[in-house]
Amino acid sequence: MNVLKFIRYYLMTNLIGKPYLKRQRKIGERKIEKITGENSPLNPPLKITAYTKEFVSSHYFKGRYIEGVKPVAWVTSGAPIEILKALGFFLIYPENHAALCGARRVQMDLIKTAQKQGLSQNVCSYVRTDIGSLLSGKTPAGKLPKPDLLVACSNICQTVLHWYRMLQEYLNIPLVIIDTPFVYRDIEPHQVDYVKKQLKNVLLPIAERAAGKSLKEKDLKEVIKFSKDATELWLEILNLCAKRPSPLTVFDQFVFMAPIVEMRGDRETVDFYNTMYKEVKFRVNSGIGAIKKEKRRLLWDNLPIWFKMRELALKLAEKGINIPISTYTYAWGELAPLMDLNKDEFEVMARVYLSPILNRGAGHKLKTMADMVKRFNLDGVILHSDRSCKPYSMGQMDQRNKLIEEFSIPAMLLEADQNDENAYSEEQTVIRIESFFEMLGVSNG
Amino acid sequence: MDKAIGIDVGSTTVKLVVINEQKIIINKHIENTKPRIKEQVKKLIEKVKSDLKEENIPIISTGYGRKLVEDAKENLTEITCHAKGIYNALGFGGTLVDIGGQDSKVIVIDKKGRVLDFTMNDKCSAGTGRFLEHTAGKMEISVEEIGKIALNAKKELKISSTCTVFAESEIISLLAYGEEIDAILKGLHRSLVTRIVGMINSVAFTPPIMLSGGVAKNEAIKKMLEEETGYKIFLPKYPQLMGAYGAAIIAFEKYIKNSRGI
Ligand code: SF4
Repeated sequence: MNVLKFIRYYLMTNLIGKPYLKRQRKIGERKIEKITGENSPLNPPLKITAYTKEFVSSHYFKGRYIEGVKPVAWVTSGAPIEILKALGFFLIYPENHAALCGARRVQMDLIKTAQKQGLSQNVCSYVRTDIGSLLSGKTPAGKLPKPDLLVACSNICQTVLHWYRMLQEYLNIPLVIIDTPFVYRDIEPHQVDYVKKQLKNVLLPIAERAAGKSLKEKDLKEVIKFSKDATELWLEILNLCAKRPSPLTVFDQFVFMAPIVEMRGDRETVDFYNTMYKEVKFRVNSGIGAIKKEKRRLLWDNLPIWFKMRELALKLAEKGINIPISTYTYAWGELAPLMDLNKDEFEVMARVYLSPILNRGAGHKLKTMADMVKRFNLDGVILHSDRSCKPYSMGQMDQRNKLIEEFSIPAMLLEADQNDENAYSEEQTVIRIESFFEMLGVSNG
Repeated sequence: MDKAIGIDVGSTTVKLVVINEQKIIINKHIENTKPRIKEQVKKLIEKVKSDLKEENIPIISTGYGRKLVEDAKENLTEITCHAKGIYNALGFGGTLVDIGGQDSKVIVIDKKGRVLDFTMNDKCSAGTGRFLEHTAGKMEISVEEIGKIALNAKKELKISSTCTVFAESEIISLLAYGEEIDAILKGLHRSLVTRIVGMINSVAFTPPIMLSGGVAKNEAIKKMLEEETGYKIFLPKYPQLMGAYGAAIIAFEKYIKNSRGI
């Protein structure tokens, strides 16, 4: 560690960052009060909302000064980060960063930059956003720390393999690719073995070298425990949304899920979800829903349309429609039971990272959705056919038909994109959504 | 006598119908959509009202410009209105194929006239009336004639591009090779119909098939759809007016029937 850099990091994050972000939170709290006035179809958001922003921003703020203080790794959302955390790595998730750019609506500029460099518009818009950010140096986070290591795991898509190879070219640093074979039905022992070997024999030594220290079992155990606790709490929070009225909308969940993705394995994240759980539980007990009049409940499949969150949330709430659950937000909770603290850590991680929804067959997702329709009392399904995310969107047509057949409830494919506004048509989306409302028996005055 | 108005403000044409108590169309207008839609619609409604010498007629609007109709009591999407219109015009449910100028839709309607499922093709002009109109224009044939010509063609050429722009260059090269226009036209129709069949396959299809929209007047489309699906196709009397007709019926049921308590 570089002492001067450490002092700078300490001063900037504690003396400047903390009070600044706190003040921003206060401003945020006042703003929230204003937007959810009497006329809003939404109830005031959870108290923890403004803090969430502070919490996530503080992570990025630390990132600005972290170089030279801690080793830095850029990782995919499904990377086995517990090993890295236990070695003291500071982590950046380019996917989350791209989502942040989308939610702040600065992504199109970055996408353009990447396309100018030759990236096709058929490439996932997260990749284009991030490569654009890397090339232009522009980011709403201020500055992203340069990594010492790249870790990509194939459990979400094949795109990340090419994406990270590109990053490796640009940054000229080691890249570890963890190959997780596709799980057609149940996880096979040889698959676990194969992934476990990669974690132990490939990722671990390279990460240790980059971190300049050896892994301690105690540290790894602790990180896994934090991951498990936070994941369990997130799952419990989502399960509370089965109640009527649901205390959260999926749009809230898309915001609140940031820490479980990019800060899992930290003690503070467990604290965060603990506080959130209590508040959500209180709302459930008091019968306070996320929207004022919940008449219909839907399921959302796939990633959000980051740049249209607020508009969609309001449009639905105005008609008394809530989306209390999605396969996407649930994916970050459903693996909690697999995190068995009494088993060999590498075995546990191999199982967990083989199991994400995108590494399993379309039938698995259908089953998850069918289960949600019953458990969350849903009246319909919106399947976001996301142009960028092919692995998530594949099979949706069949899933939709099966859901209609099995439950006789309406299900609609909504063609859009998580980040690319050029693949989104406002008028056509509105027609689809309004037609769907009319099918559900809520029309437009 | 009680009446209701339905107005379908589409991207190519504005359609207005007035119905009476028996749900019969007693007045209808079709005009090309002008750039100043709001004023155009206002004028049209005023004219209709003064012709009928009645002020208080409930109006429901639909179509892309549905929110620009200030006099409407309510606006509803084309999906709901088309389903209502065709169900009342033909008297049964099934799968409606509506091929309009700018978009196409396939709507599954149950025995009671409710929408069960739908899909829309609106991301590009392939599979819409524009596709035919544009390519026919390239060959300097009017859109009214193309169906007949295609129907009488002996030979059929395969047009592999479904994209309007690519299809255009494909046609030009076919013409350059000296291919006959009618054979090309037949291929074009087939290409559109294949697109539509793809849409039919993507919804919870229930027979029979019903056809509406401006393109329904094209006999080749109807015949080819029958060939490709193996089902007989039913057409209403005014295929282009189904959206406006449905809107008028909903306006009647909601604002006249209800207010009189029947
Ligand atoms: S393709 Fe899908 S899973 Fe892969 S990076 Fe893009 S959004 Fe993520």
